[in-house]
Amino acid sequence: MNEITLLSVISLGALGTIAAVILYMVAQKFKVIEDPRIDIVADKLPGANCGGCGYAGCRALAEEIVRKESLDGMSCPPGGNDVMKDIAAVLGLEATEQDPTIAVVRCNGSHENSPPKVRYEGAMTCAFAHSLFAGTGGCPQGCLGCGDCVVSCDFDAIYMDEQTGLPVVKDNCVSCGACVKACPRNIIEIRKRGKKDRRIFVSCINKEKGGVSRKNCKVACIGCGKCVKECNFEAIVFENNLAYIDYNKCTLCRKCPPVCPTGAIHELNFPPRKPRPETKTEPAQA
Amino acid sequence: MKTFTLGGVHPPENKFSQNAPIRELPLPETVTIPISQHLGVPATPVVKKGDTVKTGQLIAKGEGFISANIHSSVSGTVQKVDEVIDTSGYRKKAIIIKVEGDEWEDDIDQSTDLIKDCALTPEEIIKRVNEKGIVGLGGATFPSYVKLMIPKGKKAEYLIINGVECEPYLTADHRLMMEKAEEILVGISIQMKALNVSKAIIGIENNKPDAIEHLRKLLPGYPGISVEPLKVKYPQGGEKQLIKALINREVPSGKLPIEVGCVVHNVGTSYAVYQAVQKNRPLLNRVVTVTGKSLKSPSNFMVRIGTPISQLIEEAGGLPEDTGKVVNGGPMMGKALSNLEAPVTKGTSGVLIFSSQETSRKTMLSCIRCGRCASICPMGLEPYLLAVLSDKKRDEDCEAERIMDCMECGSCLYICPSGRPLLDHIRIGKGAVGKLIRSRSH
Amino acid sequence: MSLLTVSGSPHVYTEDSVSKIMYGVVLSLIPAALVSFYFFGLAAILVTLTAIVSCLFFEFIIQKYLLKGPVTIFDGSAVITGLLLAFIVPASLPLWMVVIGSLVSIGMAKMTFGGLGKNIFNPALVGRVFLMISFPVEMNMYPKPIPMSTQLTDIISGPTPLAIVKEGVAQGENVSDLLPQVPEYVNLLMGNMGGSVGEISALAILLGGIYMLFRKIITWEIPVAYLGSVVIFAGILWQVNPEIYVDPLFHLVTGGLMLGAIYMATDMVTSPMGRWGMIVYGIGCGFLTIIIRIFGAYPEGVAFAILIMNAFVPLINRGFKPKRFGEEVKNG
Repeated sequence: MNEITLLSVISLGALGTIAAVILYMVAQKFKVIEDPRIDIVADKLPGANCGGCGYAGCRALAEEIVRKESLDGMSCPPGGNDVMKDIAAVLGLEATEQDPTIAVVRCNGSHENSPPKVRYEGAMTCAFAHSLFAGTGGCPQGCLGCGDCVVSCDFDAIYMDEQTGLPVVKDNCVSCGACVKACPRNIIEIRKRGKKDRRIFVSCINKEKGGVSRKNCKVACIGCGKCVKECNFEAIVFENNLAYIDYNKCTLCRKCPPVCPTGAIHELNFPPRKPRPETKTEPAQA
Repeated sequence: MKTFTLGGVHPPENKFSQNAPIRELPLPETVTIPISQHLGVPATPVVKKGDTVKTGQLIAKGEGFISANIHSSVSGTVQKVDEVIDTSGYRKKAIIIKVEGDEWEDDIDQSTDLIKDCALTPEEIIKRVNEKGIVGLGGATFPSYVKLMIPKGKKAEYLIINGVECEPYLTADHRLMMEKAEEILVGISIQMKALNVSKAIIGIENNKPDAIEHLRKLLPGYPGISVEPLKVKYPQGGEKQLIKALINREVPSGKLPIEVGCVVHNVGTSYAVYQAVQKNRPLLNRVVTVTGKSLKSPSNFMVRIGTPISQLIEEAGGLPEDTGKVVNGGPMMGKALSNLEAPVTKGTSGVLIFSSQETSRKTMLSCIRCGRCASICPMGLEPYLLAVLSDKKRDEDCEAERIMDCMECGSCLYICPSGRPLLDHIRIGKGAVGKLIRSRSH
Repeated sequence: MSLLTVSGSPHVYTEDSVSKIMYGVVLSLIPAALVSFYFFGLAAILVTLTAIVSCLFFEFIIQKYLLKGPVTIFDGSAVITGLLLAFIVPASLPLWMVVIGSLVSIGMAKMTFGGLGKNIFNPALVGRVFLMISFPVEMNMYPKPIPMSTQLTDIISGPTPLAIVKEGVAQGENVSDLLPQVPEYVNLLMGNMGGSVGEISALAILLGGIYMLFRKIITWEIPVAYLGSVVIFAGILWQVNPEIYVDPLFHLVTGGLMLGAIYMATDMVTSPMGRWGMIVYGIGCGFLTIIIRIFGAYPEGVAFAILIMNAFVPLINRGFKPKRFGEEVKNG
């Protein structure tokens, strides 16, 4: 009996030692020498691997930062300025302050505003619906409402409003840009968050002539150009029957929303206006 | 009885209109002729607002190698050249003509006399087919003249004529074979001359015994042409399946039929070739089946290109109350319409009216892994797998599983007992893989 | 008029559906059920009903209160699980054990993976194996067949033919001496032998199998490969020494092989999707069955063989792809 025990101990011990030696040798042979700063930087990053920075993941960004030894043009949308400052401090670099951004849905073609003309049946993905037809409301640029953006979001920051059939971006959006890529119609845009989360934007991207777009959707931008005249800061660009507010120039003066005849210009998180009977606009929804 | 070996389904045939003779549809008030009715580059309009056009006059010229000329199907005044909503609900450029009388171009032979002999050389035939804007009338609308030109280094042995009409409901080709058999046979002879082949096989599914018999009776006058009855199975009308069924050759993946010495044309195309070569007549009209279970009188119409689809439905007895879906084309590969004012184009082989309960998709359940989609796929693919891979955006894996071989015949979605939108997902995957391949070549 | 529908092609869909397939399977099991009711009487009816009802009940509870999702108990899959579970336990099994078996089948083998279509192992077999390991005594007491009996207690039990042969050979007896102790082959075929509720009559099961083949619920590959490989492997051993190894026909008509090959191994969810994969899977099942029956500790090996092969199904699906059109071109 003892002999067997001894034999087992010896043979298993020998096996273990051999395996350890092999493992050690392999580990030495394939050792990767890496800049230790990469690990430090990667630790500072949020680790969400959302790809919002433009690199494949947090580690890829860390490698790039250490390799370039500069933070120019690098940003971490979920981490924001704090994370970048942290990294800058560790590496002894200078981080440029960036304005916080958020994803904005530029379509207001809800079931009510753009009543359905046909019914869609099949796989609930915008990518397919986009290739099949113009959309239930008839607007060839409007939201299809199948929720590819919701599926693409890793942060649970966008959801489908059952009532309107439109996606709604929540405040915890980190502007990683996944939904922007997922939307086959480029409705979602990354815009400046604005002071106190206040934003003004044209909630329509329809480039058709006013009469045509209006037929499909009550709240389409009809390309009348009134807002352009109203703006004192040249912040509104007018092209292809469509107004676009440049968020870098917009001063959030709130002059354009009331003049829009269809209410396509939305303002978010502003205090309520004093009642002005001559304006026809309804207050924009959040 | 011959048929293809791999996969295939047999949906209910429902050929309600197979005994309805082809009727000439009255001229519409206006026609809308899109400039892109074919595969390839859209044609360029050569008329402008206010121009007077005659029936058969060139109104848009094909651009580049794969494109087709477009002719006015009516005589009248060009109202505008503008973007109109097409079958999909998107806006596409089209020429809108107000119909005034029916005055034809002088060089078109309008008689119905059969002209058998063709004195033109192969090059002249191909040139004529190109000029007259003939495209494949089976549905793919590939410019026919391109198919008649054999690439260097290849040789055609067989001309395969597709009279299969494997799509349920549709009877346009069937009626054409019954009523214009001689013209079709002359057209085939002309195509054979252009291709320099001595053998042509017409494949017809044996649910059309009358057409098989009718054509066989006429065959003695046309050397080299034979008729082959085929077992009814969808998608026998697919080029690769038809070649496999008729001469047991497999077109390699990603290659064209000419690789195995075949050129495939539809019977409708042969008729159009006859018209173009012997009568100098461009592709102005085509046979369209208008059918449906609840439709009053399912019919086959000879329709001028550009006629609004709503007018066809009106002629066939009007849109029934319970209509849930209107399909442009066959039930397996056609497109659902979101706009009934869309015009008939060169590729419109049928207009199907479905009641809402007939065509509503099943409630989607979990995949029970029955494997039916894989066993019926005529290309030997695994649709259940492709759909999942595509949904998960694993494009490289999709490509490795040969997603690009899929010809979107719809058999997998038809057969799925769980009502899963397999083909929808596969289409997205094909789009993504196509992008991947293109990005690689740049 | 209602709104027009837009969807991708095709626009016609097959009449077949999941529940039609499932109830087709249930229908095909009726002959086997009738035979077992005849031989095991009221006890068999009670076991069957208990298993079906408890399977439906557990599926309902889990879907409604645990997963809080849609309740799909009437798609027929739970009925099949219950029916098959009842068919592979002895008729004399206490009913509370049947309920536990149902809980394991539905709760552990099916719903933990996500319900119908997602499970890796055949639920009924998992339930049976669980019972066999937990309650070996009760699971090995097979009642003797007494036509039309209504007796529920003091059922006379005896070993199954497979157990008679296996134990006999283990004690050094010859097969030719043992065979007279088991019922004749005709009786075995009809189901007149000790065994689980529904697996006794090979003939009734074959009848159900033919119906399913006709309805295209199953394909021929798995049953043929399974039964064929059993015949071949058992035949080889029989040829080697007919006094230790019993002949292949005996293997075919005894135990749960017929039920396993036609109903368990062909379960859509847990079997391979492609033709060649199915054949490989069937051969694997047959090989393992014979190995366990002859060399293993248990007299019966069908349940284990199929469960082991279930685990290989993803690998088989990956390894045996269908023949692609235009892949290898041999044009004459």
